[in-house]
Amino acid sequence: MKKDLKNISSQALWHNNPALVQLLGLCPLLAVSSSVVNAVGLALATIMVLVCSNLLVSLIRHQVTDAIRLPAFVLIIAGFVTCVELLLQAFAYSLYLSIGIFIPLIVTNCAILGRAVSFAAKNTPLISAFDGLMTGLGFGLVLLALGAVRELIGTGALFANMELLLPFTENWELSILPGYPGFLLALLPPGAFLFMGLLLALKNLIDKQVAEKDLKDIESELGSTATHTQN
Amino acid sequence: MSAIIILLISAILVNNFVLVQFLGLCPFMGSSNKIETAIGMSAATTFVLTLASMVSYLVYQYLLIPLDIAWLRTIAFIVVIAALVNFTEILMLKTSPLLHKVLGIFLPLITTNCAVLGVALLNINAGNSFVESAFYGFGAALGFSLVLILFAALREKLNLADIPAPFQGASIAMITAALMSLAFMGFTGLV
Repeated sequence: MKKDLKNISSQALWHNNPALVQLLGLCPLLAVSSSVVNAVGLALATIMVLVCSNLLVSLIRHQVTDAIRLPAFVLIIAGFVTCVELLLQAFAYSLYLSIGIFIPLIVTNCAILGRAVSFAAKNTPLISAFDGLMTGLGFGLVLLALGAVRELIGTGALFANMELLLPFTENWELSILPGYPGFLLALLPPGAFLFMGLLLALKNLIDKQVAEKDLKDIESELGSTATHTQN
Repeated sequence: MSAIIILLISAILVNNFVLVQFLGLCPFMGSSNKIETAIGMSAATTFVLTLASMVSYLVYQYLLIPLDIAWLRTIAFIVVIAALVNFTEILMLKTSPLLHKVLGIFLPLITTNCAVLGVALLNINAGNSFVESAFYGFGAALGFSLVLILFAALREKLNLADIPAPFQGASIAMITAALMSLAFMGFTGLV
């Protein structure tokens, strides 16, 4: 059981990350990552929808027949997205305006439907909810990383306007590079594509180095056992 | 008439759906490996997108507004789109099996293309009329097709290029898209 949970987490957060490896949900990822506050807002909304939809899909998995599986799942997701939309309108209206149509477009984030079909429809409710949480986190962390890089390079500051999401975080803005003239390209659409490309390259680089290190460890282990047997 | 032309140019070039508004990126990345695939996807998307923006306008104005349930629009639109995609598939199968053979495999993918739902929502937000909605949907689809086919052509060339190992695959595709997006930023202020 514990091993299962660990496996789900490592798959969702790194090896099979919905955003970095499967390239799912690219539209919100690139569109809403121009600042940390937007990124966190959308990440929380996506996590909420993913956990709820995975839980509900898993609860009704024995009642739903194959023929109506996809429409049923899409409707469940659309229902939760509408809930999140209404919640944001009620409690964080200016953030709702700044994220714009990407809140309702969570419905078409293939990562969510993908998890519902490939995981929640086959597993028990609790573990499905956990899988939803981890997949959401994997997506959210990439969103946050991209948002932080773009905001830092674009404006030289971090966490601007965080009070839109959480009222107690006024004055959280950090000017990391005072007197920085700003680099508009990072905030414009081309910057999103560019930094996403660099992020993907960075992941490939890390994966390659880890693989090389593992190979070396195995080789040295094999080498030491070989010398032992010779002695 | 000139308003319609401006609307079309704005949807195709200035506010290009893929490169400026980030809608429809999944098919943009997923079906751009070959030019033939890109053309098939473009044709299927153009058809469904134009139809979907018209039908969702009608559903919103004559069903959701009178019943005072406009907040259910996300659910209503996704149902409309899924039904339309299904309907298109059946229609195509009955009237032109050849077309169905060519475009059929792309149709199910369109339901999760966020450009389709995006156009429906943007039309509502902008307060477009029925004719404007139809042309906006058509323009969005043309912009999507233009960029998708151009990108597929670039990727066919990229396959032959010598790319540093960490950048291979999706990474270099993203950076290529960044350069295309940069070029499309040049249209800002055209309309």
